[in-house]
Formats: sequence, structure tokens, C-alpha cells
Amino acid sequence: MKPVFTVTEGMLPVSTSYCPGCTHGVAHRIIMETLDEMGLLGNTLGVAPIGCSVVAHQFMNVDMCEAAHGRAPAVASGIRRVHPDKVVFTYQGDGDLASIGMGEIVHAAARGEKFSVFFINNGIYGMTGGQMAPTTLVGQRSTTCVDGRTVEQAGMPLRICELLATLDGPAYIERVSLDSPARIRAAKKAVRKAFEYQIAGKGFTFVELLSTCPTNWGLTPPDAMKRMREEVCAYYPLGVYKDTGKEAE
Amino acid sequence: MSEKVLMKGNEAFAEAVIRGGVRFYFGYPITPQSEIPEFMSRELPKRGGRFLQAESELGAINMAYGCGAAGGQCFISSSSPGIALMQEGMSFLCGAEVPVTLLNVSRGGPGIGSIQPGQADYNQVTRGGGNGDYRIPVFAPASIQEAVDILYEAPSIADRYRNPVMVLADGLMGQMMEPVMLPEEKHAFTSEEISTAKPWAISGSKKGTRSVVKSLRLQPEVLEEHVEHLFEKYAVMEKELERVECEGLEDAEVVFVAFGTMARLAREAMELLEARGIKAGLIRPISLWPYPYSAFDRISPRTKAVVSVELSMGQMLQDINLGVKDRVPVRLIHRVGGMLPTSIEVVEKTMKILEEVR
Amino acid sequence: MATTKLFFAGSGGQGVLTMGQMLTYAAMYADMNATWLPSYGPEMRGGTANCTVVISPDKPVSCPLIYEADDVVVMNLPSLTKFESLVKPGGNLFVNSSLIDQKPTRDDINVYYVPANDIAMKLGNARTANVVMLGALVSVAPVVPVEMIYKIMEKTFSGRKAHLLDINKQAFHAWKG
Repeated sequence: MKPVFTVTEGMLPVSTSYCPGCTHGVAHRIIMETLDEMGLLGNTLGVAPIGCSVVAHQFMNVDMCEAAHGRAPAVASGIRRVHPDKVVFTYQGDGDLASIGMGEIVHAAARGEKFSVFFINNGIYGMTGGQMAPTTLVGQRSTTCVDGRTVEQAGMPLRICELLATLDGPAYIERVSLDSPARIRAAKKAVRKAFEYQIAGKGFTFVELLSTCPTNWGLTPPDAMKRMREEVCAYYPLGVYKDTGKEAE
Repeated sequence: MSEKVLMKGNEAFAEAVIRGGVRFYFGYPITPQSEIPEFMSRELPKRGGRFLQAESELGAINMAYGCGAAGGQCFISSSSPGIALMQEGMSFLCGAEVPVTLLNVSRGGPGIGSIQPGQADYNQVTRGGGNGDYRIPVFAPASIQEAVDILYEAPSIADRYRNPVMVLADGLMGQMMEPVMLPEEKHAFTSEEISTAKPWAISGSKKGTRSVVKSLRLQPEVLEEHVEHLFEKYAVMEKELERVECEGLEDAEVVFVAFGTMARLAREAMELLEARGIKAGLIRPISLWPYPYSAFDRISPRTKAVVSVELSMGQMLQDINLGVKDRVPVRLIHRVGGMLPTSIEVVEKTMKILEEVR
Repeated sequence: MATTKLFFAGSGGQGVLTMGQMLTYAAMYADMNATWLPSYGPEMRGGTANCTVVISPDKPVSCPLIYEADDVVVMNLPSLTKFESLVKPGGNLFVNSSLIDQKPTRDDINVYYVPANDIAMKLGNARTANVVMLGALVSVAPVVPVEMIYKIMEKTFSGRKAHLLDINKQAFHAWKG
């Protein structure tokens, strides 16, 4: 009998600690499945951020280290110098990457560091209990903007793909969403492309994965998916923001 | 091959760590140590290493952490305000047990302070400005030769204990030139050798086992156990890394305590005092942590005063008092802000102190 | 032999730091102990420059910082004003009389007037004024063997700069007291 589904060796056989309906698990799985399919599991070094996914190394079956809040791109730059032939990635949330770690991500991208960044954007600080993130939408409620984010107080949410795409260093930047099976398949293709470009030495690769946080959004998992599809994707348009491979063609 | 050369302190420091096996450097320019990133940017690529100018000291210490976690022999340097910015990283390095060699070519503070020499980082480096229970061994050489010898050895000390090691030099030593014997170059690990030389490191090249380098331990009992483990390690370091040089303690009327350049100044003051018929001794802590408290037990009953000579408002006094244990009056001779005392000034102030305690 | 403390001062670009370095190299080649310590400041060019050299033939240099000097070289007027007091009683003060038209105020020191820039111009290379001055210093106070000064000159002026060796050797001996 032909198996229709097998568990990837990329994920350790343990339950994740993420909330029901959270898409961290999906994001973990498509990244690790991709590495597994590409035969790279024993050849990859990952960097976990601060945030809910600080424990990513408990689930992802590759050599990993933690990074202090926001510093994963600096840590990965250090790793890359020691192991020029390995696959290196960081996995970072929006508080980590777009707020406290803005300096590190911009400079890593500008240097064209040859590693891949998976940016989980759920528009909120999850681990600390639902505070406003730089990516929280205008009007969205959080524990530090209980009546909703206002432009007057916090400005407009940051669009990181668009921002990084202004730099010459990145080889590939795409924003994907994890709100439906079809889009998850598309997201996995983006992940694969990021690794392929990295291995080909093309430069810095960046995939933003729009994600849900039902707990801190105060929504059920299905409603969170609906919100992501309708509201979040409207402010953060999906698509390819940079692709030097394509430009070359 | 070892060779005698005349080098500026900063360049000698950099050459020493390369000869000690370092192949990776991450740095950010700051006076008075910018010759180090300049030297590394020229030398490391020629010697099979990598140099990267970081976007900030925050970037630099975290690159060093990544490099060290990946098994690379890594060195970073900065000066006082830059070291302050790196404190989070130092706590992280200790928690995650990642070896890195650090150099602080210190200057005056607080704040941006001045670019002239200072020793007011004593508390920052010996007590640690980062969060949590951790310790970093700190060595304070008094000559370029001693700095070279310590920096040559530092990467292997860091590896032995899986802990960062810091060398504290003042701006004066960084800018000074002095003939120095450079030691023979050690073997530097290649990326391929890391998985066997440092099996704990993340190298992505082990079959069947997985490495995780981390400082987060969310369960209190697990973190407690980890911190206890760290402190067992620090207890061993306290036994093995204490270094001190004592001179003329037997019959000294006054004993100076000083490290780095100030120890050399104190030594000259000793000679000048001797010409005036006053015997002076010197305790020169080479390791500031572990601090050589037991050296103070060797102070003679004849001694009337212990005098700390420092470029700070007396940050070392706390340790000196712990060593002296109220047996002798402890006094301070200091200059700050980048001002340097002269040996004559130290002699005159010492004469006053002796009058006062007699 | 006792420790000798020397101090060199002038404006940036006058080769003041180089003078001290040449002496320190020569001391090292002669197997002596020596330290060279520059002043350092935020300005990269044109400011005042000074350096301290301590040479100890037998034992290690205890202290690279000085409170008085056996020999002081001043290459411009502000340096004379500022550092005349540094010369120890009975010590030597070397004054670049090409650029300094004032006399020191002290009478307890030996003063040597060296028209370093004029001599260097006459030799055909104005940039050797510091070497003229160094030559004057070493002829009065032989702190290092002259052959060792030659050795550092030969190392410095080699390859592309080899053509400068002769003129520097001439400059070193140009002052006849």
C-alpha cells in the first residue's frame, strides 16, 4: 500500500506548545518538511528568536541556537562565517524582527548575508501577552492599545518586505499567508525557493509568513483565519517583492 | 616562530589572539581601540579567517555569540561604552556557555565620558552589567608583553570552561608601543574539525545527534540546576585562574594595590619612596576576577597602610577591603576623567597618608 | 645604565611621533627595554602631537608615564611654552630654532638651538627636519647606538622609499652643534 502521508523527520515527535489555531506549527512544519525533502536536515543550522517560538528548537530537528531578542540576524551572520557551506536560517516574530531587531535585520539584508529569514508576522506580541507590535493594524486592539492602535500615537504599521526590498542585498523577498491549504502550499514553495537561492549563493532571502494569534486577537481559530484573509492581507499584500533570479531571466 | 617586534598595543593584542587560534572577529569602531578592527580587517582574510564590521556593538557581541555557538574561535574588542552596550550579550554567552575572548580597551566615563585612559570599568567587568548569576574571568595585564601572553592563552581558557574571558587594558596600553616577543602560532580549528573538537557546538554535521545552544530554561528547577552547574564551574575557575604578582611585602611600610598601567606607576613610586627611606610593596592583581584576596594575608604586621592607586573613584576598594579584613587602614590615590597621576604625585600623597596613619 | 626619559612635542605633521618611534626601534635593536607613548586626541590632523619615550638598558621600563624628562625636544613655539617645565634640572632641551624665535626662561637646563627646518631645506628635503633634530639629540645624549638608528632607517627606507635613505642619514648628521 502506498502511504498517503508520512511525518517529516524534520519535526521532533513531540507536541508543540503553541495555542490551538496558532500557525506557528504550520510554519515550522513547512520549513522542516522542505529541508527534509531537500535532504538538508543534517546540514542545517537554525536560530530561534525571543517570542513564542523561542522554543522552536524543541520541535525543529536540526542544530539550533537561541538568540537574544531581535539579534537572530547578527547571530546567523556569525554562524555563517564559521560554516560557509551549511544551510542557515533564522525564524523570527514581528516584535523580534520588526521592532527590537530592526537594526540587525536591515544590516544583514543590506550585507546580502547568505542565509534565509522566516518572518512570522501575526501583528502582536504573543509570548508577553498581547501587546501592540510594530505590525499591529490600525484599529486593532491590544493590551497596550485597548481601544485600538491609532496613527496619532503609534504611526502606521511597518511593512517589512516593502522596506527590505528597497535594499540591494536581498536576492528574494516574498510575503505569503498561512490562511488556507492553497496558500500554505504556496508558502511552502516560497520557503523552498529561499533555501534554493541560499544554496545557490544568490544572497539574502526573506519570506514573511502572515500568521494568526487567535488567543491574543481574541478570536476563534476559524475567525482568526478569516480576519487574516480579509483584513491582514489587505494591508500586507501577498506577493514577490524581490527576485533577482527572475530579474536575471 | 616566535619573534621580537615593536608594536602598538592594539595591534599586538590583535596579533596575539590570531596566534592564539582566533580566526573570527566582529567589531565596531570606537576610540581608543579602532586599530584592532583595522588590523583584523587586513590580517584575518590572509590567515584563513573572517572579519566582519558589525552595525553596532550589539550586533558585534551577537555575531560573536553565533560564531562561538557554531564552534568558531572568536574575538571581539571594544572600549567602555561599547562594552556597556554588550552586557546583554555577555550574560547570554555565560548562560548558553559559549566561549568568546573579549577585550576592553577602557576609557573614562560615565556616559560617553572621554577617550583618554580610565579604569572605571572595574565594577562593570568584575561584577558584570548583564542580568542573572554569571561570572566572567577578567585579566588586567600591565605591559604589552603580558597582554600578548594573556590574549594568546585566552581563547583556550574560554574553550576550557566554555565561558567568555575578558582582558581589560586601558587606552594607554592600546596606544603605547613596547618591544614584545610574539609567541608561535597555534593551530586554528577548521570548520570541518569543529564537530569533533567541540561536539556541543552547532555545526550541522553530526549524524544522529543534535546540538542546541541556549540560555532559556523556563522550568525553575531546570534553570536552578543550570545555575548551580555554572557556579560549580566558576568555583573551579576561582581556583585555577587567580593570578597576582607581589613585590616587597615582607618589610613594606606601605603597600600599593594597582592593576594595569597604574601598577607600573606604583612600581616607579616604590623606587622613589625607597630613595626617601620608605619601603613600599605592591600587590598587582592580574586576575580581577577571580580576585587574589589571599595575597593580602601576606601583608606584614609592619605595614601601616594599604593604598589603592586607581583611575577610578575607588571601584577596587571593595575587593581590597575584603582582602585586608580591617587589619590595616586602606586609602585611595586616584585620578579620573582621563587624567593620569604622576609617580611623584603618588609619592607625595603616600607621604601624607603615612603621616596621617602613624 | 640608568633609565632615560625623553619627550618630543610639536604640531601634527612635524614627524614628532616618528622621532620617538625611531628611537624606540633603535633601543629594541640594541636589546634595551623601551616604551613609546603618544598623546592621542579626537583630531586626526593638525593638532598638537607629543610622545614620551622611556629607555631602560637593563631592567624593564617601570613606568611609561613621566613627570620629568632628561631630554625634551620642542618643534614649535606652543610646545616650548607648554613643556619647558618638563625638563629635569640639568637636563637637555632641544629647540627647533627655525620655527621658535623665543628663548626658554629657565637657567638650570642645557639648551640646544637646532635650526632643523633650515638645515633640512638646505639638504633638499624639508621633511627631514625631524631626523635633523633626532641626530642632534643623539649626538648630545647618546641613548642608543647610532648603528641602530641606521638599522631602523634602512628598514623604513627600503623598496619604494629606498631613495630616501641617504638623505635621511645625511640629515641625521647634519647638525654640528
